[in-house]
Amino acid sequence: MPSHDVMPNMELYQPVQVEDALAIADRLAERGWLVGGGQDTYGWLKDRAKTADALIDLSAIESLRGVREIDDGIEIGALTTITEVATNPLIRQSYSLLADAAGVVASPQIRNIGTLGGNVSQDVRCWYYRRGLSCYRAGGNLCYADTPQGMNREHALFDTSRCVAASASDTAPALVALDASMVIRSLNGERVVAAEDYFVGPAIDILHTTVLRPGEILTAVRIPSSWANASFYFEKVADRNVWDFSLVSIAAAFKVSGGTIEDSRIVCGAVQTTPRRVTSAEDAIRGQARNAATAESAAAVSTNGARALAHNGFKIPLMQNLVRRAISA
Amino acid sequence: MTTHIGVDFIPPDVPGKVTGEIKYAEDYKREGMVFARLLTSPLPSGRVINIDATEALRMDGVVGVFTADDLPPSAPPGNPSLASNYVTYVGQPILAVAAVTEEIAESAIDRIKIDFERRDFVVDPLESLTPGGSNAYPEGNVLVRTREEGPEGTPIIGAEIKDIKWPQSAIDAIRAGKEPVGGEFTTEWNFGDLEAGFAEAVAIIEEPFVTIGYPHHSLEARTSMAYWENGKCYFHGSSQSQSANNNGLARMLNIDPADLVFINEATGGGFGSKIGPYPVMAISGNFSRVLNRPVQLRITREQEFYIGSARSGIQGWIKIGVKADGKVCAVDLAIVNDGGATGGGSGNSSAQHVTVAYQPGAMRYRGISVYTNTTPRGAQRGPGQNEMATVLAPITDKAARAVNMDRIAFRRVNVIDSDGRQGGGQGPVTSAFVREALDQGRRLFGWDDKISQPKKNGSKVRGIGVGIGYHGAGGRGYDGLVRIGTDGKLYIHSGVGNLGTYSYAGTCRAAAEALQIPWDRCEILHGRTDRHLPHSSGQGGSNTIFTHTRTNWVAAQDAITKLKEIAANDLGGNADDYEIGDERVFLSADSSQGLSYAQAASRAIELGGKYSGLEYPDDINPITQRAVQGLAGTGLIGVAKDTIPGQGQPPGIQVGFCEIEMDTDTGKFEILDYAMVADCGTVVHPKNFDNAMRGGAVWGVGLATLERHVYDPQNGLPANTGLYQSKPPTNMDVNVNTKIAATNIPDPQNPTGGRGIGEPTQGASAAALASAISDALDGHLFNTAPTTTDMIIDHLAGNEYSTKSLKTNTF
Repeated sequence: MPSHDVMPNMELYQPVQVEDALAIADRLAERGWLVGGGQDTYGWLKDRAKTADALIDLSAIESLRGVREIDDGIEIGALTTITEVATNPLIRQSYSLLADAAGVVASPQIRNIGTLGGNVSQDVRCWYYRRGLSCYRAGGNLCYADTPQGMNREHALFDTSRCVAASASDTAPALVALDASMVIRSLNGERVVAAEDYFVGPAIDILHTTVLRPGEILTAVRIPSSWANASFYFEKVADRNVWDFSLVSIAAAFKVSGGTIEDSRIVCGAVQTTPRRVTSAEDAIRGQARNAATAESAAAVSTNGARALAHNGFKIPLMQNLVRRAISA
Repeated sequence: MTTHIGVDFIPPDVPGKVTGEIKYAEDYKREGMVFARLLTSPLPSGRVINIDATEALRMDGVVGVFTADDLPPSAPPGNPSLASNYVTYVGQPILAVAAVTEEIAESAIDRIKIDFERRDFVVDPLESLTPGGSNAYPEGNVLVRTREEGPEGTPIIGAEIKDIKWPQSAIDAIRAGKEPVGGEFTTEWNFGDLEAGFAEAVAIIEEPFVTIGYPHHSLEARTSMAYWENGKCYFHGSSQSQSANNNGLARMLNIDPADLVFINEATGGGFGSKIGPYPVMAISGNFSRVLNRPVQLRITREQEFYIGSARSGIQGWIKIGVKADGKVCAVDLAIVNDGGATGGGSGNSSAQHVTVAYQPGAMRYRGISVYTNTTPRGAQRGPGQNEMATVLAPITDKAARAVNMDRIAFRRVNVIDSDGRQGGGQGPVTSAFVREALDQGRRLFGWDDKISQPKKNGSKVRGIGVGIGYHGAGGRGYDGLVRIGTDGKLYIHSGVGNLGTYSYAGTCRAAAEALQIPWDRCEILHGRTDRHLPHSSGQGGSNTIFTHTRTNWVAAQDAITKLKEIAANDLGGNADDYEIGDERVFLSADSSQGLSYAQAASRAIELGGKYSGLEYPDDINPITQRAVQGLAGTGLIGVAKDTIPGQGQPPGIQVGFCEIEMDTDTGKFEILDYAMVADCGTVVHPKNFDNAMRGGAVWGVGLATLERHVYDPQNGLPANTGLYQSKPPTNMDVNVNTKIAATNIPDPQNPTGGRGIGEPTQGASAAALASAISDALDGHLFNTAPTTTDMIIDHLAGNEYSTKSLKTNTF
């Protein structure tokens, strides 16, 4: 198997205005590849597992950086680094769930370069797919992981339709839990998509993991104030404590009044191709006392519908335990 | 004698490593240099039918393609530099392309068409031993060492591939964790009366185990650059060793060793994978000669996974008999090694670890190493011993519990001492003070206090573990070479490689110690053959401290003898009337009568002969002879072969003690405390000792819980070729406040008292952690290395996993 590690020959565009970037993206369409921090991009390109004619480097567009207060919450520029997200006072003060999630992404070095937009838009983690094999997601007609012999320890439990790859982002579950919106711009204007709808599973579109289309750029993430300062819980379980992807993660927000859970948003990462809303648990605890018994009962139903592959069955008890911990914390 | 030995100093390459100024092989460039890149196999097994490089050769900037046809033929079971016919693993180099830029070379690779004939492949050694199972090579599936009588009774040691299949019953048995009765082995030894030994036992422990191979992933990939000038090959390579490379690399280039200048001032890790010249080295040197221009062959991170070697995996079974007093009386051990594409395993070394840990009165070892279509395997830090230590520690704990003994006390009863024997040959050791280390460690760690504390706290549970690491740690018979210059300085010529452990420098302290000369008056010459470096051991096997403090010591003694002889010649009396001190040789009875080292060096040049290196001892190696010839006439030469009397293997031994807190909800654990005590004789360089201990402790966490090969049995592809995918432990996964100590009891067979310790540091750490994990889970035996997060969760959830299906390389 040819082994590469230098960048392929390709055009490079480095716009400094978002309008210019939109024009270039529109003109290049499928021939262009948007890059922010590059932490997902460069692996694909250097391995030659994916190619593009041109790289559109967004990193010089200052307007896509930073955290701003808006009328109803905050807006985070898509190029804001993960480190900035993890340490920003506004986020830490009211939306610490996201800061906690950002603080355990990959490694300090990657967090310093990687961006929020890149983290949520990164492709799925399936080693077969990333090796460039011609699986369904790569346009082929089989899945190497979803077989009795597939090495699928890290793969998905839910909603696996021809693809069992798992979502890799740590910040994505937090954004879904916070009911965030994704701001997408193109030459045609701006559209705002709920974070929960930004991510798409293989049953809907096996070739993409987000609704982002050629010519579009994710410019910002907005977090409404509706879940500000809720009771948050984030936990990531990975083999290593740094520089590793989640085996399972959980991001949860609870509105609790007088010991009773009025509402919640519980989201798990790395259990399906998109962040998974654990609505079975949310429904089970709504109006219930926040205690061990409630947590236990919700944990038990949280994995309803899970289908373990040959080697990822451990994710079921792990997910149940995390749901229980999140509720009882 | 404490001026230099046991005293910290700064090795001369440290500033360069701090500032980044030091150069590794890849940093060297040469005018006219071209860049070569490898085309590697996409198949785990097949035959190369045709190579069409026409299109690549037409590209602007491409200067050549190099294939196996450009190299001497290599027959299996050798590990060829380039596949000549059969490819036997994904990533195996098939050819190299050279171009004026790396980008062109990479693009050219994509334009080469190769026709393959696919063959069946196998990634599981047991699968290959199964009746009808695939063989990794057309010739068979098992590497067998051969020994034939040659001319004048000299044995000829060789290797060949055989086709061995086990009866299905044996396969089923070992997969089920039972003795593989009827299975054929290729290595077997025993001592004592096994049957009688087991008859004495009050407890029998019988367990299967599996250890999974994993790559070295040396941070410095094995890039090399070669060029030729005036008939000599100048070769910049990445190696653990220096002089030990010369002859092998010269053979690869088909030149006289005198015509090779091997340059390697610093190495970014080897861990056993770069002890000697490795196959890919042949490409840059020979390609450079063909092209008549410098060639750099850069190895990518992914290629380093493929060709950078890996630890062998084990599927094994052990039966241990224990007497009422806790003494292990009998051991029966069977090991199937996963030898990857190179076939070699470390089962014998695994068995050796058992002999050291238990000192059984009777033992049988049976081993077989099976080829798989996975990456080549080779030595990796404590090969055989360290993975065996890891799985053996919880089994040992079980044995201790079976006779109601404290786990440390059980080890104390059984472990080797200075009168003990090791290995199948039951050879002696130079000394061993493991009991002292266990006692010291028990206090340092606070074992008795920790063991009595509450175990559970909510979802958290504590576990306490102890482990022993062992590796032979020293050799004999190599050469030392020093020179006293006319400036009075001591020039210590070290043929030891700079593999990152600084032992190349630490061992030089022995010469300074013997000659009683300040360190700032010493200079180490190393890293290039043309710096006149003596014959030295390969820097593997934890041997350098023992081996080369001795060689530098004997070279210094030779220099002292010559100093005294020169003084006696010039000032009268006998050599015995003189002594040394303060950089002088002087009359014992009247210290004012003497010569400075500088004066003596000048006189050595004038006297010539053995004093200036014009003559040298007959028993030194030709490499050292050439080095002395290069230095002749430049000062007083001290040169000698190490013939210090003694026998036995110098052991490197370490004991480790680990405390963890495991979260039973997540399977994750935190290492709360880790303490280790080394039995490595006198600590020669305390700071470096500290580094070695910490580094080994870190990697032990990887061996015990994180690192493993994963191969897809459907297509033979490796899943984790990248560094992050291989999951070596990070600073966040290990205990930072490690407690480090040494028995510091001198080895009687080394004038400086030192023995090596590099390898056991990992084994002890891994064993102690495995023991702690088992303890946290009330003695549950995973019998795996690594024991990963998913295995722990599955166990806690009651899911059947891990040893229910004994597999290496796959789940």
